[in-house]
Amino acid sequence: MSKTLFDKVWDAHVVHEIEHGPQILYIDKHLIHEVTSPQAFEELEERNLPLFRPQQVVATADHNTPTVNQHLPIKDELSRNQLKRLSENCKKNNIQLYPLGHEYNGIVHVMSPELGITQPGMSIVCGDSHTSTHGAFGSIAFGIGTSQVAQVFASQCLLLTKPKSMRITVNGTLKTGVLPKDVILYIISKIGTNAGTGYFCEYAGEVFENMSMEGRMTVCNMSIEMGARGGMIAPDQTTFEYVKGRKFAPKGQEWDNQLEYWKTLPTDKDAVFDKEFEFDAEDIAPMITFGTNPGMGIKVSGHIPNQEDESLDKSLNYMGFSKGEFLIDKPINYVFIGSCTNSRIEDFRVAANYVKGKKKADHVTAWLVPGSRQVAQQIEAEGLKTIFTEAGFELRQPGCSACLAMNDDKIPSGEYCVSTSNRNFEGRQGQGSRTLLASPLLAAATAIEGKIVDITKHLN
Amino acid sequence: MEKFISLTSKAVPLPQENIDTDQIIPARFLKATNKKGFGENLFRDWRYDRDGKLNDSFVLNDTMYSGKILVAGHNFGCGSSREHAAWALSDYGFKVIVSSFFADIFKGNALNNGVLPVQVSEEFLKLLLNEISKNPESEVEINLEEQYIELKSKAEKAYFEIDAYKKTCLMNGYDDIDFLLSKKAEIEEFEAHRKLARVSD
Repeated sequence: MSKTLFDKVWDAHVVHEIEHGPQILYIDKHLIHEVTSPQAFEELEERNLPLFRPQQVVATADHNTPTVNQHLPIKDELSRNQLKRLSENCKKNNIQLYPLGHEYNGIVHVMSPELGITQPGMSIVCGDSHTSTHGAFGSIAFGIGTSQVAQVFASQCLLLTKPKSMRITVNGTLKTGVLPKDVILYIISKIGTNAGTGYFCEYAGEVFENMSMEGRMTVCNMSIEMGARGGMIAPDQTTFEYVKGRKFAPKGQEWDNQLEYWKTLPTDKDAVFDKEFEFDAEDIAPMITFGTNPGMGIKVSGHIPNQEDESLDKSLNYMGFSKGEFLIDKPINYVFIGSCTNSRIEDFRVAANYVKGKKKADHVTAWLVPGSRQVAQQIEAEGLKTIFTEAGFELRQPGCSACLAMNDDKIPSGEYCVSTSNRNFEGRQGQGSRTLLASPLLAAATAIEGKIVDITKHLN
Repeated sequence: MEKFISLTSKAVPLPQENIDTDQIIPARFLKATNKKGFGENLFRDWRYDRDGKLNDSFVLNDTMYSGKILVAGHNFGCGSSREHAAWALSDYGFKVIVSSFFADIFKGNALNNGVLPVQVSEEFLKLLLNEISKNPESEVEINLEEQYIELKSKAEKAYFEIDAYKKTCLMNGYDDIDFLLSKKAEIEEFEAHRKLARVSD
């Protein structure tokens, strides 16, 4: 029978099937961080259960960490305590932890692929909804709640009902200035924030085939923003080249064996999906969001929709925008380039390429937060740090930072922030903050100009 | 986990759509290392103004409304996977959330904490929201065994779906860990027969 990529990987991990009920799915890799794990460790202790497979768990500190002076003790007591708890729990249970300051420390969805922990055909979970990022490698990767973190700790398995399958195909060639972030913001603006709920989504077609691994990660990362638990892209030469030679990638004969298996994973020609969407690359322009969910996006040169809709009214009221309004020339005081969506080296290269030889507008605070220590080092090694510093940008230390503002990196109330992160929910970047999601290119241009610009015209 | 069988209570209307878990519990309250006390900060930024004053226009601050059932708009619980959202709702006293659509991860988190997500049609949701908004004393019955929800004052009933396994868990107070541990031999056999991807430094 013809199978989809999703079917192949999922079915290979089914341990047991309950009649008329969920399946037991085996988890290859479990990534954890400080915020969603302490209660799961507590649960194990309360039940007096051992951690079943510690060598399949990897930990990092990212959500709550400061992005300046990481060598000093953390000022906030609650944050400090949460990180201390993570270290204690990992030590006690023999879990590999990359703590603050470690050369491999970084955002969980940035450091795992860069270390080669993420590989095609795997099942990967983490107590974080953006775990969908790892699907870029053709793995089944999804976010879980803390009760499920405890389940994986105890059994290396989860009880799940198999999601339905969906495919989004985008063929054609992307226009100049259109980045992977624009592609996914465009898709979500077209199909809505819950079109993917109950589904695993495969991205197919020339646009994704021609995309770099980092671009594919940006796309898969935001699958959850259309409700899909996970997104996947078929592993191909681009994937194999990215994985090969990384620290935890298979080596020698093991590599050859794995490679042979990975090549069997792409969706069979006549496999059937439960739902399909198709888009044309030529229709995609640089995007920006104007509202309080990631589906509220428009092309940057477009205007805010003009329709009767209570949710839209409430959103616009929060954002301080009106129906029919254009965003071009809107003054912006804050720019954030970072988060598990856009904090990899290619994102900083795109930004630096635009910024080179220019200065940021005086009134703009521009934060650059690399996704990991390795990315930070690369920024320096490639000379991008100098470009950013000369332009007046502030290059900080790695972490989730202003994407969710758990640490001190908060956008003040009422201020607009053009951000490369993934969510523009009310208060996401700090109480009262107003987020406009965009690509790293548009974010960099906003910082230079001090206002939203039609990036396509700028590039021409 | 506490058993859940049936419940009759007044209900709180929150008709807004796409309520994300950042609204249910903002990120700055996720620094705790246990599950206690999250109810205090449930819908924090809607319940309180920026200077900490109660926002009188928010439904949880309206003394007319109370009950163990929250009736909310389409796509409830979208966004972040934080289970803290389910803990906050439960700690505040909600045992049931009714909506016309739930986000996946939230739904699972709620069920794992003995909070029942009841999915109804758009029409039934509208009827419920209308009635409980106008008549805050109206009672709603949730019967898990028979899988129905009834608006008592109007004698309007709707049936809802729930996974048979999850229903058994809720009615008996079991959780997934108990079940998974009972299958340990099968899990180990699976491991023995499948080559696993491990971090192997």
